[in-house]
Amino acid sequence: MMVDNKLIIGLSGFIPVHINLLSTFINPYQPLSTLINLYKMKLNLKIWRQKNAKDNGRFETYQVVANEHMSFLEMLDVLNESLTSSQKEPVAFDHDCREGICGTCSLVINGQPHGPMGGTTTCQLHLRHFHDGQTIVIEPFRARAFPVLKDLVVDRSAFDRIIQAGGYVSIDTGQAPDGNAIPVGKDVASKSFDAAACIGCGACVAACPNSSAMLFVSAKVSHLALLPQGKIEAKKRVMDMVNQMDEEGFGMCSNITACEAECPKQISVENIARLNREFIGSSFTSTEKA
Amino acid sequence: MELNGKVPPGPLAEKWTNYKSSMPLVSPDNKRRLDVIVVGTGLAGGAAAASLGELGYNVKCFTFHDSPRRAHSISAQGGINAAKNYKNDGDSVHRLFYDTIKGGDYRSREGNVHRLAEVSVDIIDQCVAQGVPFAREYSGMLDNRSFGGVQVQRTFYARGQTGQQLLIGAYQALSRQISLGNVTMYNRHEMLDIVLVDGKARGIIARNLVTGKLERFAAHAVVLATGGYGNDFYLSPNARMCYETATWRAVRKGALMANPCFTQIHPTCIPQYGDYQSKLTLMSESLRNDGRVWVPKKKEDAEAIRQGKKKGIDIPEADRDYYLERRYPAFGNLVPRDVASRAAKVECDKGHGIVPTGLGVYLDFSSAFERYGKSKAHSMNLENPSAAQVREFGVKEVEEKYGNLFEMYEKITGEDPYTHPMKIYPAVHYTMGGLWVDYNLETNIPGLFALGECNFSDHGANRLGASALMQGLGDGYFVIPYTIGTFLSKEIRTPKFSAATPEFDEAEQAVRERLQGFLKNGGKQSTESFHRRLGKIMWDYCGMARNAEGLTKARRMIQELKAEFYTDVFVPGSMDEYNPELEKVTRVADFFELGELMCLDALQRNESCGGHFREEFQTEEGEALRDDENYKYVAAWGWQDTSQEPELYKEPLVYENIKVAARSYK
Repeated sequence: MMVDNKLIIGLSGFIPVHINLLSTFINPYQPLSTLINLYKMKLNLKIWRQKNAKDNGRFETYQVVANEHMSFLEMLDVLNESLTSSQKEPVAFDHDCREGICGTCSLVINGQPHGPMGGTTTCQLHLRHFHDGQTIVIEPFRARAFPVLKDLVVDRSAFDRIIQAGGYVSIDTGQAPDGNAIPVGKDVASKSFDAAACIGCGACVAACPNSSAMLFVSAKVSHLALLPQGKIEAKKRVMDMVNQMDEEGFGMCSNITACEAECPKQISVENIARLNREFIGSSFTSTEKA
Repeated sequence: MELNGKVPPGPLAEKWTNYKSSMPLVSPDNKRRLDVIVVGTGLAGGAAAASLGELGYNVKCFTFHDSPRRAHSISAQGGINAAKNYKNDGDSVHRLFYDTIKGGDYRSREGNVHRLAEVSVDIIDQCVAQGVPFAREYSGMLDNRSFGGVQVQRTFYARGQTGQQLLIGAYQALSRQISLGNVTMYNRHEMLDIVLVDGKARGIIARNLVTGKLERFAAHAVVLATGGYGNDFYLSPNARMCYETATWRAVRKGALMANPCFTQIHPTCIPQYGDYQSKLTLMSESLRNDGRVWVPKKKEDAEAIRQGKKKGIDIPEADRDYYLERRYPAFGNLVPRDVASRAAKVECDKGHGIVPTGLGVYLDFSSAFERYGKSKAHSMNLENPSAAQVREFGVKEVEEKYGNLFEMYEKITGEDPYTHPMKIYPAVHYTMGGLWVDYNLETNIPGLFALGECNFSDHGANRLGASALMQGLGDGYFVIPYTIGTFLSKEIRTPKFSAATPEFDEAEQAVRERLQGFLKNGGKQSTESFHRRLGKIMWDYCGMARNAEGLTKARRMIQELKAEFYTDVFVPGSMDEYNPELEKVTRVADFFELGELMCLDALQRNESCGGHFREEFQTEEGEALRDDENYKYVAAWGWQDTSQEPELYKEPLVYENIKVAARSYK
């Protein structure tokens, strides 16, 4: 067992092979029999490289040997490990939790934000959905409001500013009544949750031909407007958030619904309909000046 | 150095209330003149920055993420504890306090833990008011579930994404303060040093990760809320950006690191599958509400499963060993994490593991499908539902409860957990150890506070499930807004600080030289490869089971690896640009020193308690054997100058309100 333990946990057992940046994982402790079973995939990667925001950027081609059990980002780790070991600069990409919840990872993979699998973030995408010899084009999320910082990393702080414009309930710490003081219907809480599940990754913007942020904004508007706690400020909130969205340079929504199709959390465009209703209602009835 | 926990006098249940009403205050006018730096925007940092901003302090808040909504608190799945007793099942503040002390194996401070239990109820109210969509019952009331180590239902949840929803609540509150101008937010800024002026924490040096420039920030006080150090083990369910640099920089400036060897092994992670693997993924403890843990009784069956000749579903009921239910009938599958983890290791070491590596056990939901399915059929007035119907109803019910977790499992493993039982194995998770703090959450450096996972204060040697969110938010919303006043009330005559002083010059220069040193190193190996190797040493010798020989060896191995790291690590690029490799190298460098200290701490603690299991100290039945006579203390380490041996200071733990007993879940 200990032999096995060492063998599989063996964090150190990794030798990159460099033939035109060709890299592979061969564990020197691993018996040959298991290696034969390891399905090897040779992938051609076309990756967007851009030194900084001012650089024009270009595609560069790399080859990587991976296996089907790897996640997409682990495959990029392999590439980076191999680039670093040959004293080259690795590809910069945003990532963090690697379990599909933090919203940090991005990437447009073969034209699709977060790649080909529905309801899946890039970090949860595995290579078993690709095939040997495939060419994969990897680009950053592209939108005027998301400037590229380096390679595949973009600046999504426009989303933060939209939330700062009104995506909250104005309650100070310590003011709250008992949690059960205001009943919330099970279905209402559940609907609100569906909208609140948005991870703020920006795939909706990257998917939209107009680079509209309507799905993101509508998810927050819906999350709060559905709950009794959020209703009080709902009219002002929707106005303020939509104004900020426009100011950031996001495009208009023309009901293409690519956002919903590419959203890794499957946020529904129903939320956009709700936002529109809230917005129109607010325009006519709000006594607050937005 | 005498360590004074500053727990206020008086009866336990009245300490916090009396302390709050008698502590010195800072008037609103004076708050406006005081600057506070908050580093970190997880639950603790986000909640603290928002609440301090609401009070009127000038807050500068820092995160190295691209947004204050990303921190790893977001990954917490199962829930948050609170002593609301909404279920009428006998819960109370005292019971939550008691469960937490017992769960922590009697290695935490009574006063702090009781306060945590008291504020737990306020947290739920606050989050509901912010618009956190907690799960509700049909009546519209908040729903609860159970977690390990307790016999009441006190865990509030939002599907399997409770951490995300709570963090978004804190992020929204923080965003509001940013828009009001009370908080200035610095995204993509990494704190690389703390600046002390006359022995007090007065600012930080941060690197703007986009431009690469070093920037200085001065303030009257500094609050760290920078999380734990589970990634010292390289492979853990922590997010990749969970590092320990902020805390370790504080240690290098004289702050004490308490109980670094208290690391928690979480029993339900998806087992390791490959060498290239970048992280592990956790399956929420809440799954143990409905999942039953088992291994095959016969070794031949386990062997056949490992070789792929049999599957878990092929093993008949009679040949399954539900070992947690067998060994711990009172708590069954819901024993605390350390107990469940060790039990899994015991079974796998005996050869009953069910994945090719031998390191995995089953978490099976088939009983839950049946139980829920039958109940649903009954409520639908179906008299003789078919087995298929029952299963269908049951699967639906389980999907409602844990759907996203099942989905995540399938994405990673490619196997459908509704058909085949989940495969799980323990892995490093949370770290109970952290910066030593007193009752005010102030470290031994005046003006330097530590909140959430980065302090050591509330969980002793083992944290109970759903208590991390509670502590992070409790510290941020309800403790620091009060206790920071004990320090700042003495600073109202201190004018605003300038960062153009020799202390800042010196600190910035030191950071610059450190970064340039790595860039000029001219080595050949990547930072990542060193981190992997460090992680393996930590897991092999300072992981789930430890012994004196292994720990001594590990310390030597870490020192050797560290020496190799400093001569042969390669960092591409330059300092004045976005350079993720340069960011990583200092973080991993700090992990070497912390790793060494963890081994040293584990070595000095000649007992087993909570997550710290020393093989030499166990009962005949293989349970942890504590030594209260000699080790009922907090081990706080000072290690400013790493060319010297670290110094150990002890804070004795005093239990006035509960009887210290052997922990039993049988």
